[in-house]
Amino acid sequence: MSTVQLFRTGDTPLPDVIILTHKLTREYDMGSELVRALRGVSVQIQKNEYVAVMGPSGSGKSTLMNLIGCLDTPTSGEYWLNGQKVSDLADDELARIRNKEIGFVFQTFNLLPRADALHNVELPLIYAGLSARNRRERAAHALKRVGLGDRMDHKPNELSGGQRQRVAIARALVNEPSILLADEPTGNLDSTTSTEIMGVFGELHGQGQTVVMVTHEQDIAAHAERVITLRDGIVATDQARAA
Amino acid sequence: MPFFEAFRLAIQTLRAQKLKSGFSLLGVFVGVASLIAAWSIANGVNRYMTEKFAQTLYGVNTFQLRRRPMFTPNVPDSVWRAWARRPRIRFSDAEAISEGLTIPVITAWESRDQVTVSFGNKEARDIELTAASERYFDIKNLSIEIGRPFTGEENRSGTPVAVLGEAVAKRLFSDRTPIGKSVRIGGVPYRVIGVVAHQGSILGFPLDRFVVVPALSPAQNLVNPPGILDAFLVKAHSDVEMREAMSQAEGIMRGRRHLRPKQDNNFVLDTSEGVQRFWAGISRILVTVIPGIVVVSLVIGGIVIMNIMLMAVAERTREIGLRKSLGARRRDVLRQFLAESTAIATVGATFGILAGIGLTIVINKLSPLPASVSPASVVLGVIMGAGVGVVAGVYPASRAARLDPITALRQE
Repeated sequence: MSTVQLFRTGDTPLPDVIILTHKLTREYDMGSELVRALRGVSVQIQKNEYVAVMGPSGSGKSTLMNLIGCLDTPTSGEYWLNGQKVSDLADDELARIRNKEIGFVFQTFNLLPRADALHNVELPLIYAGLSARNRRERAAHALKRVGLGDRMDHKPNELSGGQRQRVAIARALVNEPSILLADEPTGNLDSTTSTEIMGVFGELHGQGQTVVMVTHEQDIAAHAERVITLRDGIVATDQARAA
Repeated sequence: MPFFEAFRLAIQTLRAQKLKSGFSLLGVFVGVASLIAAWSIANGVNRYMTEKFAQTLYGVNTFQLRRRPMFTPNVPDSVWRAWARRPRIRFSDAEAISEGLTIPVITAWESRDQVTVSFGNKEARDIELTAASERYFDIKNLSIEIGRPFTGEENRSGTPVAVLGEAVAKRLFSDRTPIGKSVRIGGVPYRVIGVVAHQGSILGFPLDRFVVVPALSPAQNLVNPPGILDAFLVKAHSDVEMREAMSQAEGIMRGRRHLRPKQDNNFVLDTSEGVQRFWAGISRILVTVIPGIVVVSLVIGGIVIMNIMLMAVAERTREIGLRKSLGARRRDVLRQFLAESTAIATVGATFGILAGIGLTIVINKLSPLPASVSPASVVLGVIMGAGVGVVAGVYPASRAARLDPITALRQE
């Protein structure tokens, strides 16, 4: 792993750094009180890292996840994604970043129930403006990558939990994003299926994919090569594991 | 996301939720169907009134000298009594006008009453007996199916010959030929010489229950006192010539009646304009009332669609959150829901148009009202339907577009 740059306001991240947050804060005005969910988080994640973010509920890991996923904007601080400063982008530009740079995998899969696997995987490509034929080809390719080449015309309710999550992973990968961002990806799966999904993540990581995964399960986090723990809105520990 | 994609998606969603979509497009459906049907009736009756009705009752480029107008809707009693006090039209009036007009015209006398016509022991009651002169058939554009009309000679000599309306011929003779047979009109024997071709009906009134006899034949005593006629018909070649002939006839009549310049006419020169003016009044009412009905149903339709769309946005909050997380911009979400509401409304409008056309056909078949679909109403129906969809969709769609993806994704 390369050396970590000491980042100061006004700097630009090194080219290998996919994710860089600098003194990131996020406060929610709840009317009577100000909730400080993040109180200055500075992390750097390199290309092809496999990082797990852990922490008890209320630690700010969901908030960090939302900021990294460009679903939310910080109150202060900087966030650089793949060499681009995204912390002060407007709504539509954030949507474009989400479309091109980030592949989400959710705990609850979030598949469209009435659409078949292929169409579910196609969705990001629709917003990328690809032609229908192009979309189908790439979606089919992504489904084959997660081992569902023979389930393309199945609706979510015709698939097992593990298969559903694979469809979701294919959807996350279809735009070839900079990061695969998974939020409790095994939270709704039994342990066997969890292991199977973790296997998929490991494989993708092996192929060079950067993976960031939020989890509260130690044995799931154990699949990652680096674990960042948050507590009360700041980074408590940040350590590499033996892969 | 291109609009086509949004529309395709919308149709998919509609098909997936057939029942709900069916209900939601009901309002627009009713609105557009009533628009098409009502417009078709107005359109059809309008054409009927201006083309057929006026021609049947009056004839083309024809005016009638009468004591009072033939078509008299909503006349107060006082006016009616004033009309009844007027002197009647005399044979001599008709002759004076015929001689006085310098415009080439054809003319006919006309007197009418209801009589019973019988043949052997068969009777046809409430038959309109018209005592007319020979050019009556030309002016009224009555073509003879079998036999012949009576001649000027037969008219002048008062020969008791009769030309029957189709319904009368059928009633008395069934399928046998009436030509040469002797019928009794008011007790007087008449020889049948012709039958007029089928005329159909006008706004439900049958037009074939009549018999025409020479004005000077014995039956004249059945319809009017001696020397009196109901109307003197004058047909010119063109509208301009008709107007010129009318003013000449007016001058002749005023002279004959010794009217001073300030005195009103105590006769009328009646044309189809009166009927048409009356119809224009009715159609004005239709034109103001129909849009009211249509607007009300479209507004209701719009509100229904808006509600359905708000429900859809609430139900699909998660989907919206997901789409946003996958890169949908506000305008993509806005478009998706606008396309959906527009699709609902357009499908409703399309069914409405089909139903409206169907209704028009049914009205034509089952009622005396003539109706014909106006292409403009179809175009307007589509535009209004789609417009309702867009308007009704704006608020729900913008709500969907403004949803925060994080909150939306967390929604259960």
